[in-house]
Amino acid sequence: MIFFWTDTLFFILLLMLATAIIRTRSKEHLRRPWRKVARSKSAMVSLTVLIFYFGFAILDSIHFHPPEGQANEGKFKTEAISLLDWWASPLRLNTEKTYSAPFAIYGFARETIIGEDGVTRRAYPRLIHGGAHLTDANEKYLDILRTGMEGLLKGLLAWSVLAASLILIRAKSIKMAFVPCTMEITEGRTDVPWRAVLLTLLLLLLTSFALGELSLKYHVFGTDKVGEDVFFQSLKSIRTGLLIGTLTTFITLPLALALGILAGYFRGWVDDIIQYIYTTLNSIPGVLLIAASMLLMQAYMARHEDEFASLALRADFRLLFLCMILGLTSWTGLCRLLRAETLKLRELEYVQAARALGVHQSTILLRHILPNVFHLVLISVALDFSSLVLAEAVLSYVNIGVDPTTESWGNMINSARLEMAREPVVWWSLSAAFVFMFALVLAANLFADAVRDAFDPRRAE
Amino acid sequence: MIQYLIRRILYAVPLLIGVNILTFVLFFVVNSPDDMARMHLGQKHVTAEAVTKWKQERGYDLPLFRNDQAGGIKQFTETIFYQKSVGLFLFRFGRADNGEDIGADISQRMWPSLAIAAPSLLVGLLVHISLALMLVFFRMTYLEFWGVALCVAMMSISSLFYIIGGQFVMGKLLQLTPISGYDLGWNALKFLVLPVIISVIAGIGSGVRWYRTLFLEEVEKDYVRTARAKGLSETYVLFTHVLKNAMIPILTGVVVVLPLLFIGSLITESFFSIPGLGSYTIDAINKQDFAIVRAMVFLGSALYILGLLLTDISYTLVDPRVRLN
Repeated sequence: MIFFWTDTLFFILLLMLATAIIRTRSKEHLRRPWRKVARSKSAMVSLTVLIFYFGFAILDSIHFHPPEGQANEGKFKTEAISLLDWWASPLRLNTEKTYSAPFAIYGFARETIIGEDGVTRRAYPRLIHGGAHLTDANEKYLDILRTGMEGLLKGLLAWSVLAASLILIRAKSIKMAFVPCTMEITEGRTDVPWRAVLLTLLLLLLTSFALGELSLKYHVFGTDKVGEDVFFQSLKSIRTGLLIGTLTTFITLPLALALGILAGYFRGWVDDIIQYIYTTLNSIPGVLLIAASMLLMQAYMARHEDEFASLALRADFRLLFLCMILGLTSWTGLCRLLRAETLKLRELEYVQAARALGVHQSTILLRHILPNVFHLVLISVALDFSSLVLAEAVLSYVNIGVDPTTESWGNMINSARLEMAREPVVWWSLSAAFVFMFALVLAANLFADAVRDAFDPRRAE
Repeated sequence: MIQYLIRRILYAVPLLIGVNILTFVLFFVVNSPDDMARMHLGQKHVTAEAVTKWKQERGYDLPLFRNDQAGGIKQFTETIFYQKSVGLFLFRFGRADNGEDIGADISQRMWPSLAIAAPSLLVGLLVHISLALMLVFFRMTYLEFWGVALCVAMMSISSLFYIIGGQFVMGKLLQLTPISGYDLGWNALKFLVLPVIISVIAGIGSGVRWYRTLFLEEVEKDYVRTARAKGLSETYVLFTHVLKNAMIPILTGVVVVLPLLFIGSLITESFFSIPGLGSYTIDAINKQDFAIVRAMVFLGSALYILGLLLTDISYTLVDPRVRLN
């Protein structure tokens, strides 16, 4: 096992999330808003999609050195691979020479081929892996249909097992027999929209199993310029996108919480200094600050070349640094909100009473103020997530995003955008990045809306 | 009023100093000029003489804060801090790595940026506000539900896709407008249409949603109910009462970005190859020209602070309830 910096931080974050969930379960007043989220159909559907994405990110965050003799050739020889890489080895290693369209079995560009009769001619060559098992090219559509159906069936099977076990757990926990519990869900009479969740799950499993099955024989989203499978790239990009959306909180939360609460609670010169700091930072346009910092980081890496021995280490450090910089530029908004809220809270009776009783300052801050501003933190983290995922794409386009060797949707768009001028158009990289990004960001947006509706006291019924 | 203005302007001074010090620390302390030189001259096989020469050509060979070799006031003026940072206050940006005057470049390149950004802002405001008003007018109907759903969906699409898609459909398939480029004078008009349309469409999701919340907040207030109780029609109430009162947050939101219109948008300008400040910055980033990036950071911050100042003033002009003190 190898832990990159981002892996470690990501798992720490997940661990913190898990503790937070366990703690929330035991406290009634914390559970109430979440119950409201759980009743919302769009929120639960989005949550299912988000969990699905997170599953891929977790798989892609467990790195290890491949065992000796494993199929791991060429440029990847010394690099650590992740569980996802290992699992999707056929996708990772089945590279073509250059572009090929989705489900193609012939190459995208004409090549000079020496025929069996020794005559050279210009023709589209057969792909090395895409549909290589076919002897007759005309069988392609039938084969795609058959393989697709096979995948769908497997997906259906997996879903039935999963759905049955979920229903069983639910039936156990509310002490109900299995059949009436199923009836309740299928008729949509449950409080939590289980039917919608199960249907989403069905859709996700069907598509992923069908795509998975097909991708063993074809390149379902085609291949890119150097012949790598675009479907595999999109899967790998999930981790990058999610990391940028989540690791940033390691910087924003401590800064915004500490400074915002201190400024609001102590007022006076503390407030002045903190306000000055965040106004100054805020007045620098974000993109420019990020650009400047990334330039500096490149210079730093160039100076300490021996510390970043492998390509993967460099890329990982750059990803981490990008998260930190994005965090540094995005904590000011939350800090301002927290300051304003603390200013209000400190005048309330219960805080005044605590002060009159001689409760220590730090105790007041930690026990009376902090828990009561936390809904703001939650809302802002949820709302920021999607904009961070989108920001990654834009920054990668300007070359101040993640390392060019890191798979990310931004890099995919960036390398594919020039190919729109080609004839015929190379559209698959863009479409794949679009679909994957859109699903994630839409789910995140919908979920964030539900969280805001549930936690914002102004929107409470 | 004058007194208030002076106080606000004085408040901007420490902010500018803060930005200046921050950029100085970022560009000269975290990374010494030696590192910059080595990065430019190539990492390996760089001789010490080449580094010294590179620094000398650009005036980076001075000490950072205090020059012990010089006497008197020169102890402080013959330093990188004074030469490179203090000059920024007077908008003396110095020279780029290729020897061109940054200040002249900026004053020339800010007009194309403005030509894109100003119409985008105006048309965007008009379209987004009208759509938001429409959603509010049809509230509690299916039209609102699907309108908001569409907004969320449009928000979830990266701006890059809007640009690429717009260029592909409008420029390549329909051939209505040129895909990218720029020209002087009125000829520029045909190059401006596509970027403006795309930036308006790309902003619909978040824009309409934002204005809608502003309007909804007003719609629930008592004076609106009174107006309706008097028997005024819904359209009249929306356009005169609600729109007028929601104008205050809208206007102040717009005023902040007014000075920043000169900076332009990095992405739009580089996609449409418009010779504005946005593409200038991108080129500088790609060439790793620290001097230009530093100048742009400072300029951007100064304009933002100017925007804040204008916002404060506009508040008092638009809303008579706000007193200056």
